[in-house]
Amino acid sequence: MDWNLLLPLLLNGFIVGALYGVVAMSFVLIYKASQVVNFAQGEFLLVGAWVCWYFLTEWQLPFWAGFLFTMVFMTLFGIILQVVVLRPLIGEPVISVIMATIGLGIFFQALMKWIFGVFARPFPPIFAAERVDLLGLQVQPVYLLSLAISVVIMGAFAWFFTASKHGLAMRATAFDQQVAQSLGISVPKVFAMSWAISALVSSVAGVVVGVVNGVSSALSFYGIKVFPAVILGGLDSVVGAVLGGIIVGVLENLAQYVDAEWLHIGNLYAIAPFYALILILLIKPYGLFGTKNIERV
Amino acid sequence: MNLREAAPILQADNISLRFGGVRALTEVSLSVSPGEIFSIIGPNGAGKTSFVNCVSGRYSPTSGRILFEGQDITRMRTNRRAAAGIGRTFQNLALFGHMTVLENIMVGRHHLLKRNFLAGMAWWGAGAEAEELRHREEVEKIIDFLEIQHVRKAIAGQLPYGLRKRVELARAMALQPRLILLDEPMAGMNLEEKEDMARYILDLNEEWGMTVLMIEHDMGVVMDISHRVAVLDFGRCIATGTPEVVMANEHVKRAYLGEVDEAVAEPAA
Repeated sequence: MDWNLLLPLLLNGFIVGALYGVVAMSFVLIYKASQVVNFAQGEFLLVGAWVCWYFLTEWQLPFWAGFLFTMVFMTLFGIILQVVVLRPLIGEPVISVIMATIGLGIFFQALMKWIFGVFARPFPPIFAAERVDLLGLQVQPVYLLSLAISVVIMGAFAWFFTASKHGLAMRATAFDQQVAQSLGISVPKVFAMSWAISALVSSVAGVVVGVVNGVSSALSFYGIKVFPAVILGGLDSVVGAVLGGIIVGVLENLAQYVDAEWLHIGNLYAIAPFYALILILLIKPYGLFGTKNIERV
Repeated sequence: MNLREAAPILQADNISLRFGGVRALTEVSLSVSPGEIFSIIGPNGAGKTSFVNCVSGRYSPTSGRILFEGQDITRMRTNRRAAAGIGRTFQNLALFGHMTVLENIMVGRHHLLKRNFLAGMAWWGAGAEAEELRHREEVEKIIDFLEIQHVRKAIAGQLPYGLRKRVELARAMALQPRLILLDEPMAGMNLEEKEDMARYILDLNEEWGMTVLMIEHDMGVVMDISHRVAVLDFGRCIATGTPEVVMANEHVKRAYLGEVDEAVAEPAA
């Protein structure tokens, strides 16, 4: 066993996994509120990262300001998307809405290529230090920032759903829209809020990934990586999404290790989560924390 | 107390509701006075729940209009009606099964929680803590009233049926509605639970000052606690009045005995 390789990989897996968890949470948020599987989740990361990149390089804003502007932009982006594209589809079959999100994904993918080109662009350097020492491991500071942001977002989600008026309204809406309405909750507002928060949170993840790897359309691949995470955790469980994300992140890096040490297939890490996805669907189709749909005939 | 002299809290003028060829309601006119317990009775499929759904906003009547405290609410959105002061319970329990009893009740206070999103995020902003405490106090009062203290933290979906009915009532009360719509509050209960529920309804009417519009099948309870009763049959209102008057009505007797009543039934429906 090569611990010098395994440990950094595990740490990397944990940090990247936390990021998957964040994206998975924002995916679950939309699913919980409106039963819509959002195939444009990855594009939220992409748009967020490009917008932030634009603020930092073209407007020469300091990182914190660009980041803040991006968050404001993406919140509005989510609301507008919901109001213009998705609100007219309320009451239509869910499959139509899901098809619309696939369309949105393709649209934004192409739009970003049109505006920013097809090549990866690096973010301007944000941290002075290239690496910092963490328990003997060399870690990029942006990874630590990423981990911190993930933890903050997870805490905010936990608070939002259990202790805030709107979180409670969102859970109520997810359970039964008619009943929620009769208790004074505006369902269109709850939907708009879920899309806004989802876009905002995803874009934060997008920026972090962009800072590490540069921004390119490959970023939207995170939207696909989220599927094994949410299926593992259970489609409608926020806690499950976080754990699923971390498990997928660690799994990827373990696969990387196994591959490098023994198998030498190359790129096993990229497909390992999807093998896991198939296995999970075979063994535990509702995931670790998902709601089991009991059908009585 | 003469209830009929006050301006009605709820007035339905010629409400008709159609689903394609099915006439659920035909020109139903009712008016409920403030402070009343008003019951709607009638055989299955008579349109009782459809009428309540028109008032709460789940259905939009095909024609006619509904006034609440003098304001036309016929086309008002459901959530606005709740905020305007109309609360309801459902015939088939509609609690949020995964939430605790307390959370269920807090959802009922949604429109009363003024704290906006950002101030709420910041928790300390805009007297959030004081507001939270005030709401909790109100909620605790309701919990005490309905005697569900012991299940406060329990998951609603795991409670026995009678208790769930009470929690649902608590959630509707948390809105602080001036008009509360109860759709079969006693369905499926045993005698003891029914007696308890009847007492709660009387108390929330007298002590909490809520006007009650109730659908109920248990004639004993309806006749005991209602100030006035309306009878629906085949989507038409065939009688309105005090329990004694309604019981003596010929149309009502026929509707309940199942005899064909030419004045009421649709010809060759």
